[in-house]
Amino acid sequence: MKKNKFSRFFRWIEGGQKDSLEQKIDTGAEIRDGAVPPSSREKLYALLEAVPENRKKMENMEIRSFNRLYQVLCVLVCVIFISVLLLTVSYLPRFGGDHNPDNNEVAQRYIENGVAETGAVNLVAGMILDYRAFDTLGESCVLFTAVTCVFVLMKSLSSERTIPLTKDIMYDMSNDVILHQVVTFLFPVIMLFGVYILLNGHLGPGGGFAGGAVMGAGLMLYSLAFGEEKTERLFNERTFQVVSTCALSFYCLSKSYSFFTGANHLENIIPKGIAGNILSGGLILPLNICVGLVVACTMYGFYTLFRKGGI
Amino acid sequence: MMDFIQNFPFFSIVMSLFFAVLSSVLKPKFGEWLAVFSIALSTFFSLSVLFYTLTTGESFTYMMGHFPAPWGNEIRGGVLEGLAATVFDFVLLFSFLGGRSRRKEDIPEEKTKYYFVMINLIQAALLALVYTNDLFTGYVFIEICTLASCGLLMIRNVGRTTLATIRYLIFNLLGSGLFLIGISLLYDITGHLLMENIKTEVASIVSGGQYLQPLLVTVSLILIGLAIKSGLFPFHFWMPDTYGYATTSSAAILSGLVSKAYIFLGIKVIFRVIGFDVVASTHILNVLFIFGLAGIIVGSLSAIRENNINRMIAFSSAAQIGYIFVGIGTGTMAGMVAAIFQIFVHAVTKPMLFISASRLVDVSGGKKQFSYLQGSAHRNRLAGFAFTVGAMSMVGIPLFGGFAAKVAFATAAVGDSKRMIPTILVLAISTVLNTIYFLRTVMRIYMPAETAGNPVARSGNRWPFIFAVTGFAAVNILLGVCPGPVLDLIEKGLSMFG
Repeated sequence: MKKNKFSRFFRWIEGGQKDSLEQKIDTGAEIRDGAVPPSSREKLYALLEAVPENRKKMENMEIRSFNRLYQVLCVLVCVIFISVLLLTVSYLPRFGGDHNPDNNEVAQRYIENGVAETGAVNLVAGMILDYRAFDTLGESCVLFTAVTCVFVLMKSLSSERTIPLTKDIMYDMSNDVILHQVVTFLFPVIMLFGVYILLNGHLGPGGGFAGGAVMGAGLMLYSLAFGEEKTERLFNERTFQVVSTCALSFYCLSKSYSFFTGANHLENIIPKGIAGNILSGGLILPLNICVGLVVACTMYGFYTLFRKGGI
Repeated sequence: MMDFIQNFPFFSIVMSLFFAVLSSVLKPKFGEWLAVFSIALSTFFSLSVLFYTLTTGESFTYMMGHFPAPWGNEIRGGVLEGLAATVFDFVLLFSFLGGRSRRKEDIPEEKTKYYFVMINLIQAALLALVYTNDLFTGYVFIEICTLASCGLLMIRNVGRTTLATIRYLIFNLLGSGLFLIGISLLYDITGHLLMENIKTEVASIVSGGQYLQPLLVTVSLILIGLAIKSGLFPFHFWMPDTYGYATTSSAAILSGLVSKAYIFLGIKVIFRVIGFDVVASTHILNVLFIFGLAGIIVGSLSAIRENNINRMIAFSSAAQIGYIFVGIGTGTMAGMVAAIFQIFVHAVTKPMLFISASRLVDVSGGKKQFSYLQGSAHRNRLAGFAFTVGAMSMVGIPLFGGFAAKVAFATAAVGDSKRMIPTILVLAISTVLNTIYFLRTVMRIYMPAETAGNPVARSGNRWPFIFAVTGFAAVNILLGVCPGPVLDLIEKGLSMFG
């Protein structure tokens, strides 16, 4: 075929005829299940040998000039974006001012009637778990979505489990006396503290998200010190599934009840209790427990999925 | 006492969230049934909402809990919400069914149940984005939508999908971040998250003159964030890999629904949060208009150069998203109606193309290059027919949905002296370009094969595919033959927005 401007066009009209280099450059040729892919390094070497010297030089120059342009543009775009945002901030109302737009009837009712209407002394807990519980239901489902995604990504199939688990840490912690002693002492304290934050969420600072994070960290520490086998006696995949499913289902169903009765103006039979007692705040305490369990499971689940590809 | 039907939006959202949690512990077989059941039931719910709001003639709000709206959460049902939810549910159901056989091959058995979890989560997120009346609720479900889309993508574990997921995640997080900055600035200058209250505050800002600069930045951040998430022109580079290598249902759902839901939320923001007149007076719509035009051309040109059928369809998505933003960018009511109509037409066309293309690829030995696809329409007639219908609609042949959408765009542009010429010119150019790559593919698949293809022996149930493809084709032709009622519904819904 004659080499001119239109040769690509004619080749295309002919249909499907490939560019001579396409096969070599396109590393994305799909890997079908089962086929063993050549390692990317091998492919790269094969590619480098196949490409003539001058072409390689040209490509290097192209890549270098592209990189330079890329860096310049990156900096430029970021500077523009940052200055626009900073300029905008300078126009915003002063933080904490009396007459700011966000000092309106919404915040007023939360602060003045919050305790009476939700039964929770901690106004934040009342806001996120009673006034705006639908958003928090969504947020818990975000956590659930995230952990399911990590399952999809990291969970090793039973056919792939080849690397022995002990080989992937440089220094095996499970024989360290100091760590053992410290963790033996600290683990119950950490867990108790987590439970305290969890149960106290409607009375003071804390709540499900904070308490769950503390408990999850405690589980991770235990697993680091004593190894997977001992932790699995306490917490395995089945526990994970049962706990997180029960917690989220309870959250969904109990809040559905409350949404339904609220919207249809029906009587809500859940008592609010006396504000300040541990058993008060209506659904807030059980919901805090649910959120805390989900958060603890999610945190520990992330750790162990990245660590060994399963819980 | 309110009517029982007003509970339906809430039922369908919470039901799919609950089923998502449930199917993470069920066996895959039950999970699949649960997903189909949930989508079918929610289609029925959405249809009821549509008819209910049509008969009452007004929208309704639904209090989520015991506290009225600015304090508690609220969702809202209207004609447009009901219509969008119905279309989204319908497309979700058929995309899910149509990709069933590929799903078995693409997804390892141990991970199959997570796919159904993701489907349920996506459904909840789509419906919540449609029904929400509160900006922050919108953001929460944008998060769920983004994460669940990543799950749908990377569950097919070949290297290319992991790369595509990373790219998709980066672009989407950029969009989410801009949206979040936008709504926090908006909260700072208005003090509300509920759509109606923000709108009244914005009106007083516009008349009072204070905080006008932050308002402009806010509008731009929110709309640009959503445009990035839906893949408007300079940010469409995640599309080919994402749609090209994901398993069929995922590609169909991501291209047909997820990016459309973000645009739908954007339209809701334009009408119900900022106010149509305020947005039209800023220049942000011009920016969207220009990038939409550029997207149409660039997407089509990239599609022409593709040699892989899935990537070609993916690039054509970039062009179709461009149409939607051109419609929004005209800044007229007719343009908005055309944009929403295009959302629906594209939502029923693109999944059909992906599903039929994957079947054509299956009967051509799993090769996606055009040279292998020669004659594949004879090896699977229904897939060939469906692909042809989709291609005709994309090109804009009369009697197919795409034609009605293009006519709507052209009529919307006619009134506007500045935007008429570029719009009509680009519509004409893109029709030619679409013809080149789509009809070329149609001719290719109907050309008799030189060598007999080696069709993959396929076991299992063929009915889901047949059901899905005929459903999509029927709706497409219906939209093309009588677009009038749907356009009327959209117009009615938009007037309820205002």
